[in-house]
Amino acid sequence: MDASFFMNVTSAGLLTGLVYGLMALGLSVIFGVMRVVNFAHGDMMVVAMYAAFLMFTKLGVEPVMALPVVAGGLFVLGYLLQRFLINRFLGVTEHIQFLLLLSIAIIITNAMLMVFGPDARNIQLEASFESYSVGPLILDKVRVIAAFTAGGVAALLWAFFRYTTTGTAIRACADNPIGARVVGLNVEQLYAITFGIGTACVGAAGCLLLLLVDVHPHLSSDYTLLGFIIVILGGLGSLGGALLGGILVGLSEALSGALIAPSLKSMFSFGLLILVLLLRPQGILGKKP
Amino acid sequence: MLEISGLDLFYGDAQALAGVSLDVAEHEVVAIVGANGAGKTSLIRAIAGMAKPGAGKIMFEGKDITGLSSNRICDLGIAQVAEGRQIFPTLSVLENLEMGAVIPRARAKRKETLERCFQLFPKLKSRLDQSAGTLSGGEQQMLAIGRCLMGQPRLMMFDEPSLGLAPAVVSEMFKIIRDLHAEGMTVILVEQNVSTSLKLADRGYVLENGGIVLSGTGTALLNDAGVRQAYLGL
Repeated sequence: MDASFFMNVTSAGLLTGLVYGLMALGLSVIFGVMRVVNFAHGDMMVVAMYAAFLMFTKLGVEPVMALPVVAGGLFVLGYLLQRFLINRFLGVTEHIQFLLLLSIAIIITNAMLMVFGPDARNIQLEASFESYSVGPLILDKVRVIAAFTAGGVAALLWAFFRYTTTGTAIRACADNPIGARVVGLNVEQLYAITFGIGTACVGAAGCLLLLLVDVHPHLSSDYTLLGFIIVILGGLGSLGGALLGGILVGLSEALSGALIAPSLKSMFSFGLLILVLLLRPQGILGKKP
Repeated sequence: MLEISGLDLFYGDAQALAGVSLDVAEHEVVAIVGANGAGKTSLIRAIAGMAKPGAGKIMFEGKDITGLSSNRICDLGIAQVAEGRQIFPTLSVLENLEMGAVIPRARAKRKETLERCFQLFPKLKSRLDQSAGTLSGGEQQMLAIGRCLMGQPRLMMFDEPSLGLAPAVVSEMFKIIRDLHAEGMTVILVEQNVSTSLKLADRGYVLENGGIVLSGTGTALLNDAGVRQAYLGL
């Protein structure tokens, strides 16, 4: 095993990790603002993957081009879900919220099974067979595209929260929901927008992930779990933490898969999780409660 | 300006307000005094639209506002400096102030109102980029008042503004309320500091067990034997 092989695996892990990070970002935003854990996160990503799949096979639109449309559609789905359903369940005991989101997850998974069947599907782009070589590195073209797009979406999201009035208002709601009502913010609507942003993130991530993995309905629970690992690693509610956690999980999957055995990759991700829970339970970039 | 009649408020089975009726005229300072748990904060929350009344009516400038959402009520011009200040600790001081002016009515005049806040509270100007949670208690109270002013209110409600503040800061704060009044602001003042608030107020109401038991001018209440005994320890 030579150094260039090791570097190739590392860079592939890093690039995939950015897409994971974008997916987890959605989970983290929703939890950070509303303290709602979106147990249907992976299912929403599968919906986005199928949407991107259909747009490619029926209309010939490549996933990166389909991303704004799919993310927009997922925003609307998330907005409506929060506005008309989840807002009524804020402040109730956690197990009721858990059951609600789990029900949504089960409904989505089974709807996908009914429509698309259990078989795995994938798409082949011309770019799927191309690669960039940078010095000794050989990088898959689609992986590079996916990673840079994920990074771009994450940067947009950061700018939105930092510089726009709506973004600041959402941070204000997260900071102090009572204070938000005191100044006359429409908290219910901001919550709906937040959930929409969270699901739009996972929608964008789904489009990009379709470039890298095959889609089937039962992918959902794996990715919900992966999302949790990532946000807990990085720190719940921390945007930078979600990206960092995504990169770490991407790296550990790639390295354990290449150096030991592909079937062991989840074991190492969970190992990392246990390590962080033992040594720094608030997550790497999380604040102490 | 504000007329409340027969207001009932329940938290589950517990009754917080029972048949409260009161009115506030324009440019008036009205004090609401009463013991802990008498329903003062519940009254403020009901007016602000943060708690839905079980019965009764709240009229503001001739318009029925009973049961409207808090953002609608803020937009009509009723704002509050809430109990415990309720600032946004991780947002910067400037962002806190800007959040005070998100309601449509106030957004256009944001720049001018901000300048006015800096005149009133010069200390805030030097800390604009600092996160609000790092301010002292007194500074946070000033920020809460500044944020409230950013909303261009016509009626300001102060809920226990002196709570937990050093005496020097408390007197500075009462001076600000007096100045606002002199400029023509209408104020509802809920205070545990009964003598100061009744001295400052044009009129006052005494709230006990969720109901109004006494009302009158500030001076009359200060001289009332029952008030003196129950709240001033005289």
